[in-house]
Amino acid sequence: MTPVFHPFGDRALTVSLGEGIDVATNDAVIDLAAALEAQPFVGMEEVVPTYRSLLVVFDPLVIGGAEVEAQVAARLTETADRPGTRRRWHVPVCYGGAVALDLDDLCAEKKLGREELIALHSGAEYRVYMIGFAPGFAYLGGLPERLHTPRLQKPRQLVPAGAIGIGGQQASVNSVAGPSGWRFIGQTPLKAFDPAREEPFLFAAGDLIRFTPVTQEEFETLSRRLAAGEVVVVPEIVVPEGRE
Amino acid sequence: MTLEILSAGPLVSVQDRGRRGLRRFGVSAAGPMDAPAHALANALCGNPQDAAVLEFAGMGGQFRSDRPLRFAVTGGDCDISVDGTPLAPDESHRLEAGQVLKIGMLKNTAWGYLAVSGGIDTPLVMGARSTHLRFGLGGLCGRALKAGDRLPLGEESGADVLLRPAAPLPPPRFADPIRILLGPQDGYFAPHVLERLTRQDFTITAQRDRMASILDGPDMPAERGHDIVSDGTVPGAIQVPGSGRPMVLMAECQTTGGYPKIATVISADLSRLAQMPTGMRLRFAVVERTAAEAAARAQAASLAAVLKGLVTKQTVTLTSEFLLSCDLVGGIFDPEAVAPGNTPETTPGIVSGAEKKGET
Repeated sequence: MTPVFHPFGDRALTVSLGEGIDVATNDAVIDLAAALEAQPFVGMEEVVPTYRSLLVVFDPLVIGGAEVEAQVAARLTETADRPGTRRRWHVPVCYGGAVALDLDDLCAEKKLGREELIALHSGAEYRVYMIGFAPGFAYLGGLPERLHTPRLQKPRQLVPAGAIGIGGQQASVNSVAGPSGWRFIGQTPLKAFDPAREEPFLFAAGDLIRFTPVTQEEFETLSRRLAAGEVVVVPEIVVPEGRE
Repeated sequence: MTLEILSAGPLVSVQDRGRRGLRRFGVSAAGPMDAPAHALANALCGNPQDAAVLEFAGMGGQFRSDRPLRFAVTGGDCDISVDGTPLAPDESHRLEAGQVLKIGMLKNTAWGYLAVSGGIDTPLVMGARSTHLRFGLGGLCGRALKAGDRLPLGEESGADVLLRPAAPLPPPRFADPIRILLGPQDGYFAPHVLERLTRQDFTITAQRDRMASILDGPDMPAERGHDIVSDGTVPGAIQVPGSGRPMVLMAECQTTGGYPKIATVISADLSRLAQMPTGMRLRFAVVERTAAEAAARAQAASLAAVLKGLVTKQTVTLTSEFLLSCDLVGGIFDPEAVAPGNTPETTPGIVSGAEKKGET
């Protein structure tokens, strides 16, 4: 794929690797981000992978935009033959409960039993296309079509962190408490964002996520272990399908 | 060792230079709206450039320290006083323990800075002290300051001298156009709409905060629609939502967005835009990337020259020993001896406390 460079002021540029939202384009963006982070060019400040493009932020006192384009183009050629590995998280979810304000409505709307809906949601593999909107908030692709549901017209004022949501074609794990128009079906005890933790952010763009149903009891046990500072979930390192 | 907030303007927050490298996790840098004014405030107090200061929107407040310190107010002209004695902005002054520092309204600008020697020593959160108001991170409990708050003060590191720039700072050139680079999504707009961007005036509206500043002006419809596949954003981006009213993203902006960004304010002009008072009209001017890069270098060089050229202020400390040694009755004395600061003030750099004592 041919990269298209768009200057973004004098401190940044956007390199676009495709038009739409698809796995191959997003993989290329994430591999490019990883290559730049592994070997940053002099003057690079940060990179932000998104659905189909990479934002590259740099210090214009150290390097000019034209030279940054050349550096990024060179990394693209390097990464083309060396696809990266991915992390796969198994995220425990207690479906139902106080946070799952939309579970029953969604079952009724889609003519699915509770168990069927849970099986559909927890049977799919999701992909973190990008992080944005809030600290550690992962935009997840891979939601089964039957579960696609429009957002509420009027957002709720306060949805807790850990709430498992559906918004249009996307799925989410709420990373901070706040207003949201997404539809919620359960809660994970994991904290996608914890500023006090050594690694404040659980997920990164490119991660794969599977939801594992747990009981209310298991949810509480996990919450207690997390509160005690224990690490309860470690991601697997995988080579994604079609990328071996 | 604390700085007490006796009263606070509507938006006073702790800001250092901001968080770096976390945009990919959804956290923008925050940091000052006017980075050069922030840098000057720290330099005037002998602080390192990454020390945290207080930023205020429009109105400062009243402050009291339980230890003597040096302070400086930058960002624009405003009334400053210590126990009722008026003082000038853009230079450092002493505040003794228990004295009340009052900072009034900024007269012609929007964002002011109060630095104190030693800096504000609130805890580091993900590598910085900056308050990120939207997510409640950093600063004091992640929020704007209010009366009764007490802020920990850091260890003083600079020499105990009062400083000012070698020459008075020129006022911001608000009449000059704000320079922009087109893109990244200028292609979403028809040529005649792009022309409006530079041929018509825009106005700074009251809908502004640390995240963004909404502009009034000509309608800016996007021919290809106002929804893009969400991508990364930076401060300075001029994004145009469906309302057709552009908004300029600022220090605490979201890290990704789904609106087309028609153009981007160059880094050398972003603090000037941030400082424009509400209601001010402005013009945009398109420049090439190389010109924007040259402007960034020029701005950095001129700031570095100001910071490097700070001079010690003329101060006369009359000790009782000194007064006793003078013939105060006869009025016969050597004027040079009374006013040691009378020597030309152009001495660049910072003299140490020991040297200063030697002078008096």
